[in-house]
Amino acid sequence: MTTPLLLEVRGLSVAYGQVEAVSDVSIAVGAGEIVTVIGRNGAGKTTLLSAIMGILPSRGAVRFAGEAVAPFAIGERVGRGLCLVPEHRALFGSMTVADNLALGAFRHGADERRASQDEMFALFPRLAERRSQLAATLSGGERQMLALARALMGRPRLLMLDEPSLGLAPLIVRDVFRIVAELRERGVAILLVEQNARAALAVADRAYVLELGRVALEGPAAELARDPRVAASYLGIGGRHRDGPPDALNPTPRMSYTASEPPGAGPTATPRPGEDKRP
Amino acid sequence: MRRLSLAAAAIAAVGVAPLLLTPFQVTLANNIGIAALVTLGLVLLTGIAGLTSFGQAAFVGIGAYAAAYLATVVELPPALAWLGGSPWGGLALGLALALAVAVVLGAVTFRLAGHYLPLGTIAWGLAIAFLFGTADSLGGYTGLSGIPVLSLFGVRFDSGGRLLWLIWAVLLAALLVTANLLDSRQGRAIRALKGGQLMARSMGIDVVRAKMAAFLIAAAFAAIAGWLYAYTQRFVSPAPFSLGAGIEYLFMALIGGAASIWGAVVGAAVFILSKEWLQDLLPHLAGRTGNFEAVVFGLLVIVLMQHMPDGIASAVRRAARRARRPRPPSPAAGDTAAPLPMRAKPRPGEVILDARGITRRFGGLLANDDVSLSVRAGEVLAVIGPNGAGKSTLFNQLSGVDRPTAGTIVFRGQLAAGSSPRAMARHGLARTFQHVRLLPELTVLENAAIGAHLRGRKGLVAAMLRLDRREEAQLLAEARRQLARVGLAARCDDRAGSLPLGQQRLLEIARAVAADPCLLLLDEPAAGLRFEEKQELAGLIDRLRCDGMAVLLVEHDMDFVMGLADRVFVMDFGREIAHGRPADVQADPAVLEAYLGADA
Amino acid sequence: MNLQVAMLLGQSGITSGAVYALLALAILLVFSVTRILLIPQGEFVSFAALTMAAMQEGRPVRLGWLLGALCLAAVAMDLIASVRARRRPAVSRPTLWLCAWAAAATALSMLLPLAALGHAVQALVTIALIVPLGPLLYRVCFQPVAAAHALVLLVISIAAHVALVGIALFIFGPEGARTEPFSDAVFTVGPALIQSQTLWVVAVSALLVGLLYVGFERHLYGKALRATAVDRLGAELVGISPDLAGRVSLAVAAFIGALSGVLIAPIITIYFDSGFIISLKGFVGALIGGLASYPLAALGALVVGQAESFATFWASAYKEVIVFTLLIPVLLWRSLARTGVEDEE
Repeated sequence: MTTPLLLEVRGLSVAYGQVEAVSDVSIAVGAGEIVTVIGRNGAGKTTLLSAIMGILPSRGAVRFAGEAVAPFAIGERVGRGLCLVPEHRALFGSMTVADNLALGAFRHGADERRASQDEMFALFPRLAERRSQLAATLSGGERQMLALARALMGRPRLLMLDEPSLGLAPLIVRDVFRIVAELRERGVAILLVEQNARAALAVADRAYVLELGRVALEGPAAELARDPRVAASYLGIGGRHRDGPPDALNPTPRMSYTASEPPGAGPTATPRPGEDKRP
Repeated sequence: MRRLSLAAAAIAAVGVAPLLLTPFQVTLANNIGIAALVTLGLVLLTGIAGLTSFGQAAFVGIGAYAAAYLATVVELPPALAWLGGSPWGGLALGLALALAVAVVLGAVTFRLAGHYLPLGTIAWGLAIAFLFGTADSLGGYTGLSGIPVLSLFGVRFDSGGRLLWLIWAVLLAALLVTANLLDSRQGRAIRALKGGQLMARSMGIDVVRAKMAAFLIAAAFAAIAGWLYAYTQRFVSPAPFSLGAGIEYLFMALIGGAASIWGAVVGAAVFILSKEWLQDLLPHLAGRTGNFEAVVFGLLVIVLMQHMPDGIASAVRRAARRARRPRPPSPAAGDTAAPLPMRAKPRPGEVILDARGITRRFGGLLANDDVSLSVRAGEVLAVIGPNGAGKSTLFNQLSGVDRPTAGTIVFRGQLAAGSSPRAMARHGLARTFQHVRLLPELTVLENAAIGAHLRGRKGLVAAMLRLDRREEAQLLAEARRQLARVGLAARCDDRAGSLPLGQQRLLEIARAVAADPCLLLLDEPAAGLRFEEKQELAGLIDRLRCDGMAVLLVEHDMDFVMGLADRVFVMDFGREIAHGRPADVQADPAVLEAYLGADA
Repeated sequence: MNLQVAMLLGQSGITSGAVYALLALAILLVFSVTRILLIPQGEFVSFAALTMAAMQEGRPVRLGWLLGALCLAAVAMDLIASVRARRRPAVSRPTLWLCAWAAAATALSMLLPLAALGHAVQALVTIALIVPLGPLLYRVCFQPVAAAHALVLLVISIAAHVALVGIALFIFGPEGARTEPFSDAVFTVGPALIQSQTLWVVAVSALLVGLLYVGFERHLYGKALRATAVDRLGAELVGISPDLAGRVSLAVAAFIGALSGVLIAPIITIYFDSGFIISLKGFVGALIGGLASYPLAALGALVVGQAESFATFWASAYKEVIVFTLLIPVLLWRSLARTGVEDEE
């Protein structure tokens, strides 16, 4: 890799009680890079992002722009340019689109905020039309746009997106990925967690495959997209031997788990297969 | 056995106490007994039902003033004259007034969010304390004095020792009655309030009624305590029934541990004894008089809530549980109980649930868009789709939790769209939850028995007096039978919270099936399960189907569904994208795209 | 009752109603940002009134002890929290600022010849002393359990109230106090005599209500506080710290409480435990407004003020009973307006 490292995660582990949801994960994102993390349902992807953001306590080292972020609270990480758009968008539903955007640049001055807002309205013309509408009344696609725009208002250096295409119609998914590609042109690095593996691998420079909380594979996205082990792992075949032999319940290895996490479910609610410790 | 020996020990201790204690200690013991009775009601209310009241002292005041008024006022108003003179009249009047007030307060706050009851009790606690202080007929701030010695059945309670017997006998009886209640169908309904209202309502529990039951019992205990107080002090004045006293009772419940009925006694004893001690000690330290013990208790409760929100007794109990060997399994006496009556079942193949054109809009979001499906008796229908496809929304429409924006739902021939989860439960729908909703502190058996709530009839009084044992045995036998059906027979007496997730899901199914439903709704039953657990679950669902149950399950795990379902209904973007036999659906290109994603 | 009496009662009702409205707004603000029903709101009022009275009588202002103890506790809790989070032991910047503020205000209250200085200086120093109580209370009592069940927060709130009343007795003694009015002028408008203190109260309340409205509806910082209540994670992800939001809302609440205390101290005699009843009337007002709407809460508080004032005339002894039972029909109406059962948050 020739680009300087923006985010460097080394040996990161997150445990909920006795269950380790992410074990010894090391990933890196270079400046201006798009990196994707894919994996099956419950592989620990959302947990990984939450730990990097400081929402969950973790062990291991996370360095951002050459600085260890461990002492920083979430807000301080945001201030340093590390931003997360969570799976459920976390918009301020009872506030207008314009207010949501303004709060995205909460830490900036008024002039800068206005400039960023104009920029966002240029990037997302739909939001400009709906600027005085309440966020809760937006459609799914518009919400995702607003969540992206709100995060961009803070002028992040690295934007982490958790399942940005979740629940969106194909046309809108295409839009989202177009914007993701465009952001790279603006110098924003992206760490993308996606259920839509094909789209994610198509847009990313590099990719990691997360399996049972560990990095199973990594490499350039284009290579991984062709790698049969990715298809197998991502689609659940690779993980099956841990669960047990294929049987009548799994008649079709062709199709399997979606690589998404259940809404709001941490690993406490859904321990990963094979890791839940019985007394 | 353990219960009997405990009761015998308690009776013996109360019996000899007046002989061993100094008069001052007897007075303290009486105060503790009265306070513990009030606190017991609060434990039921706060720790077990998850409600709270700052106004219990006002209920005590009602009981005390009713007794004092009838016993001291010579010229009673004609309406009350027939009650005069007898302590029983005072008790009846106090109870009647306290319950009436509780009914009104409960009726206006129980439908509102949780903080309205405590705030309502603060306002009412203040109002009633002012009323005692200002009403001339109640003696104003000087109060009512000259209450005669209590005389019941010819026994004169004229010494502290005799009063100790009376007070502690009443307290032990109240503890017994409360323990009986908690160990019954009605008690489980009250305990279920803490597991979230959605769970309780889905089991057919009338949430407002259960809250009311807890509140009324707490008010009654407080009124009885007031009656005892009046005859112990033989003088009443407004001060002991102020809001501040109400807060002290709550502190006692919190210190003792709001979740255990013995915590009431512990809390009252710790509070009253340490208050006595602090009132002696602190003015010396501070060099002046003042209300210093209030500062200490205030800080103590803050620290307690920050570090041990369940109270001291619960923390001790938890530690003890860790140290203790597991209890031997309770005898399966229920097996001899007559089975509960069952509802008339639909014929195999009969359409049980028929949903047409279900649409649900949230603001600009179309979560369900014109969805139609039907379920027949004896089949498993799986609704699948990627995350965010609208499955959970559909589930909520079908189970009566949410009202569709448009569309009709016919359940067993009756129009059901937007009816309550309780009504759906009564008509034979039972469900499980995506995020398991059990009561972790209750046993597996008790949790399963909550499902059979609607199959019992006995009320609160029957439960308190143990007149419900035949029905209770039937309910528990049914719960045990369903636990055996899902393979949890061996874990009946374990705490539900100690089960691994897979068994918790099985327990949820046992609880649902205990309601004798004809349609079972399962919300992502396989989420987070290990492979063996999934196999076990699939086997169970298959057996239920063979018994004629209709099963609708929502899943996003395709593998799990394919070998199990008779029909598969695939959703994406809130709409149906495919529907049919598993093999056909799997080959459908729209399904492939939904699951693997389109090319960008 | 003739018109003149009615005007008099109405005027007195408006005065107390304006103060209750301020408190209702503070209560609503704290509740909407932190889910805390701030029972100790009334203590800010009584502490301020008694502090100001002590200044005027030339007695030492002993609030510094309480501030010092709270600062020590806050520093200790910060240190413990940073160690628990496996970080270097450190005191957070907001806590340091608070300690500095508290120390400065305490120093002023001890060094200035307050009895000789005017009302304005006394009021300013009083407010400066009371304001840090709010955020310190949040840091010490509520922040460690900010995410807990609302019932836990309510119990802590009550416990803090109980402790503060005990402390008030220790600091201020059992005697009541009344301060000198800002001015003794009386105006005649038609049949009514209007006291200038009433005008002061109404004007300051109206100004503050307006400021709060603008602040919360229009200004970005107000919106940031509201955002914390709307979506806690979302707020954190745009860099708004919920802890800071909690402290700021408590600081505003303490400011409003202190101002209310300074305003009503010349009108009624305040004792160490008077704050509770006063703030409860604010609560009744906020509840009438459904704990959701600022204008409705203010309106509800004005209704409480009028009800109290006229109850004083008709049934003086029962005025508190009447004011607090006012809540029952309001709750009944809200309860009937609701079809289902409100789910716990």
